[in-house]
Amino acid sequence: MTVKAWLEMATHDAERRGLPELKPLLEALAKATSALRTAEWNADATGDAALGPDPGRGR
Amino acid sequence: MAADPHTIADLSRALQARETTAEAVVERCLQRIAERNATLNAFITVFGSEAREQAREADREMAAGRRLGPLHGVPISLKDLFDVRGTATTAASRVREHHVADADAPSVAALREAGAIVIGKTNLHEFAFGTTNEDSAFGPARHPHDPNRSPGGSSGGSAASVADGMCFASMGTDTGGSIRIPSAVCGLVGLKPAFGELSTEGVVPLSGTLDHIGPICRCVEDAAILYDVLRGGGARPAGKPIDLRALRLGVARSYFMALLDPQVAAAFDAACERLRDAGATLEEVSIPHAGDVAAIYLHIVLTEAAAYHAKTLERRPEDYTPNVRIRLEMGRYVLGEDYARAMRGRELIRREVDAALEDRDALLLPALAIPAPKIGAATVRIGTVEEPVRNVMLRCTQVFNVSGHPALSLPCGSTTEGLPVGAQLVGASGDTPGLLRVARAVESIVAARAAAHAGYLGPGRSR
Repeated sequence: MTVKAWLEMATHDAERRGLPELKPLLEALAKATSALRTAEWNADATGDAALGPDPGRGR
Repeated sequence: MAADPHTIADLSRALQARETTAEAVVERCLQRIAERNATLNAFITVFGSEAREQAREADREMAAGRRLGPLHGVPISLKDLFDVRGTATTAASRVREHHVADADAPSVAALREAGAIVIGKTNLHEFAFGTTNEDSAFGPARHPHDPNRSPGGSSGGSAASVADGMCFASMGTDTGGSIRIPSAVCGLVGLKPAFGELSTEGVVPLSGTLDHIGPICRCVEDAAILYDVLRGGGARPAGKPIDLRALRLGVARSYFMALLDPQVAAAFDAACERLRDAGATLEEVSIPHAGDVAAIYLHIVLTEAAAYHAKTLERRPEDYTPNVRIRLEMGRYVLGEDYARAMRGRELIRREVDAALEDRDALLLPALAIPAPKIGAATVRIGTVEEPVRNVMLRCTQVFNVSGHPALSLPCGSTTEGLPVGAQLVGASGDTPGLLRVARAVESIVAARAAAHAGYLGPGRSR
């Protein structure tokens, strides 16, 4: 799920649950999620990872 | 007696020398609570009669030549997340109003076995989910120097109780900085030991991946005493004091000092200069992905807090304070894949902090970017920039919850308004005793200046 689709879904659900005040927090969270997903240290199924081996491997 | 003891170390010596009694010390603390708690709102529960009885028993034991341990007769407080048998652990929330703990938390039991007298339980940001102490079912705790300001959080009542002379130390919890932040703004020493060193059993959780417990004290020696008790003994820093001329500190500037109140920056820079003058070597270091830490932290803490609170959020949402409820609800929307990314990022950050510490005794950086914020302020001005208070509060501390390294804040100066400023030291992975040794050496150089502003800190403040 893209961050955009996630935000639409989450905002719609929050409104359905009577929690419209969640919207600005979800928008802030979406920005943090975008930053997390675009970080160059994320694992990549192609084997390409800017930082080389998974830092968690072998521990 | 020339002056009331100010530290646990001093008090312990005075008690052993029969220069004072535990009963007299507890009575002074209770009197201070009676005078000041209506203003500061530091305590949720005060164990007056129990504390008096325990003090009398301690005096009888010591008169008979028996000493339970290094905290014998020392009054302490506990953040109201720690279980005390037979009492409510409120977490500053109406959600917990019918709770009664059936046993002491192991950490509380260890403190009692060493002779500590638990004088009461302190106010906090509800469920420790915030850094200002404003959202509490019992109302906000307030800063001892200026009650219009926050004592920091989430262990704000703990810091206020120690700073104001209501007790000699307090136990706090630290998930993103909640020991170090209130310690910094109240002019105290706050220790977050290495991750996993101290049991969190019997302590209401926020995030199992990030939660730590630790002491809030008036000096590094006191923090070492409590840490040793909590570790079961044998963990106090041993050996000769560190020679400052052999001390190598890595100063983490780039990310951490990019958004810093000018007065905090000036106090921190002055502390660095004093350390250099004393012969320490200070070298600039970086944690390359420090800028990613906020996103990593957020996805971990939100997810884990939401998992713990989901059932209660469904059944009793109105029993949370509005801000905490809505932030807990936010965590219910985090996707599993993003939590997994954050956990991978955590490992990366751990390695980068390890690298920054290589061949160095500790890292040195500010503990908090701003002095104590005004209660109710949504934003704070830093230079020409207006920033949300929440964004600024965790900026210097949460990275070491993510990495798990031991970290400690200590006073290093003050603002022109007399508000304390804290510096932060970070030790090698798993080496809290090593960090405490470095901290004692650094305290001997930077704390003299910090003590000058501490005249408001309650009875016995005679340093």
